[in-house]
Amino acid sequence: MNEISQQLVNGLALGSVYALIAIGYTMVYGVLRFINFAHGDVFMLGSFAGFYLAPQIAKWFPLPSWGGWVAVMAATMIICAIIGIVIELLAYRPLRNRPKLTVLITAIGVSLLIQYTCQHQAFFGASQKAFPPLLPSGNFSLGGLSFNTTQFVVLGVTLVLLAALTFIVKKTRIGMAMRAVSHNSAAASLMGISNSFIISFTFGLGSALAGAGGILYGMTYTGIEPLMGVSVGLKAFVAAVLGGIGNLPGAALGGLLLGIVETYAGGMSGVSTYRDGIAFAILILILIFKPTGLLGSKQIEKV
Amino acid sequence: MKPESLLLATFASLFGILSLTGCKSGDGSTIKVGEFASLTGKEKTFGMSSHEGTELAFEEINKAGGVLGKQIELLTEDNQSKAGEPANIVNKLISRDGVVAILGEVASSRSLEAAPIAQEAKIPMISPASTNPKVTEVGDYIFRVCFIDPFQGTVMANFAINTLKVKKVAILTDAKSDYSKGLAKYFKEQFTKNSGVITSELDYNGSDKDFKAQLTTIKGAAPDAVFIPGYYTDVALIAIQAQEIGLSIPLFGGDGWESENLLQVAGKAIEGHYFSTHCSPEDTSLKMTSFVAAYKAKYNKTPDAMAALGYDSAYVLAEAIKRAGTTEGPKLRDAIAATKDFEGVTGKFSLNEKRDAVKSAAILQIKDGKFKFLETIAP
Repeated sequence: MNEISQQLVNGLALGSVYALIAIGYTMVYGVLRFINFAHGDVFMLGSFAGFYLAPQIAKWFPLPSWGGWVAVMAATMIICAIIGIVIELLAYRPLRNRPKLTVLITAIGVSLLIQYTCQHQAFFGASQKAFPPLLPSGNFSLGGLSFNTTQFVVLGVTLVLLAALTFIVKKTRIGMAMRAVSHNSAAASLMGISNSFIISFTFGLGSALAGAGGILYGMTYTGIEPLMGVSVGLKAFVAAVLGGIGNLPGAALGGLLLGIVETYAGGMSGVSTYRDGIAFAILILILIFKPTGLLGSKQIEKV
Repeated sequence: MKPESLLLATFASLFGILSLTGCKSGDGSTIKVGEFASLTGKEKTFGMSSHEGTELAFEEINKAGGVLGKQIELLTEDNQSKAGEPANIVNKLISRDGVVAILGEVASSRSLEAAPIAQEAKIPMISPASTNPKVTEVGDYIFRVCFIDPFQGTVMANFAINTLKVKKVAILTDAKSDYSKGLAKYFKEQFTKNSGVITSELDYNGSDKDFKAQLTTIKGAAPDAVFIPGYYTDVALIAIQAQEIGLSIPLFGGDGWESENLLQVAGKAIEGHYFSTHCSPEDTSLKMTSFVAAYKAKYNKTPDAMAALGYDSAYVLAEAIKRAGTTEGPKLRDAIAATKDFEGVTGKFSLNEKRDAVKSAAILQIKDGKFKFLETIAP
């Protein structure tokens, strides 16, 4: 019983990171009907931003500490937001009126470009680097289960960011504009909404979340390398689809579920190498029986 | 001219020019030796170390006049620690660059990929540190200057029983690595033969980041130690996460652990754990001390076992060329196979009829953030 509960804790922690990145995927899809495959790589860039920023920030806020951690998170989220906006401007905006397939392929191209450029010795180099400790971390036991403080931080930050994002989307004017563009971009522009601004804003917001995910991932798993975004990004995408693409709480739910399933599969003898396969098999099953995802709603096309 | 045909003409001429530059430069004034290694990527330190050892060796040999009156030209290519790359690189080294022998690799999976190509082309290949027995089984042109995993597995099984004095061990294997799977198998055979009990066998995919699931299950079965025959990048994370879930039993593994990177990434989490390797830079033999001094002078750091093996593989090749009196494939192969009582940095060894080296293993422990020599185990 103990082991099952322990795996649940592990799964929730892993799932929180997936959730954060899945939210970014789902938001961009919701507004633009477009899967930004480079999102997983923005997550990786966030981790590296934290890695390089930490020694600089340590000059003002000694690390590890809460103040330093907040500073690194804030700085990384801003940097990733800028990266996301730049990618949108350079790679996706010129293709705004082209078929969706063209932009999709471009997204894959951007993703590969980032991965391989970063592997080059002149950039980050392909070998693993040790992510510096940002928060005083401790292991403690509670009721027979082992926890690490970082796991709580990750879960907590994910919930806070999810709440903040839902607030922005539901209760602010810019959120309303985002929802309008998502519904019908032509009508939105007729209402005086600048589509370009909203799209850039959405990318920036999603990328900031990916950056936060990158920092939390670095804190949990310490080893960072340029290809880390590939598998995590793919799983986060699966999580977003699992929860219903375009649905924010769905993405979070999908992420947590995926993390839990993967962790249980990983802990079983003989099955552990198939843990990734199992996660994707579940995706296929859910899509067969509920194609719109767990919390997704049917898209009605008026003819 | 129509734009499409102009484009076609440009491509055709470019292709023609490029294929001409690929022709073998047969000037014959140097002996070309090819090397393929993981200079970047997941197992970067292995490739860098073995390459530095090899480079140092050839530098010394060339300074002393070369071999058969010619200088040795080392052509090194990076396979980025990726599967699929060694095949491309070795093909290129053999067919385009016309090398007389191939040195490489440290990782068994990648040596296994390249070996059939060298065997087919009848170009001798010497692996500095691949320990999976299948590597030399590919053919009689494939050699190695290190011990093989059946021996290493036995060494670690005996270490567990005699030194660690543990009866129950869990094994955590890297399913993507031939080295890891082989070493785990041999360890299990020997350990269970001596009435040891394997409490659980789990695996992971190399480059995975999250091992908590496997470690939690391992913890649940309450073993006395965990055998992790994997590579240092993953072992570092495993050690950290083992500490996080409160698993405080000894961890031990094979020569895949040997890297400065392990100490850097894992820090305190790897303190006090053990692994087997080919030699220790603390060895007091004359060969080792002069090698360490020369290596430190050139690269400004202490060499590890991979560097020593790279150095030895280069010297074995050079000696064989001298003995054969030629760089012709079959004669060179025979000369390498006849290597007997070679005085290497990693010990005195001969190549047996399976073309493997018969050598001792060294057990190291991580103490105070450094590798400390614990004991030597002879075959």
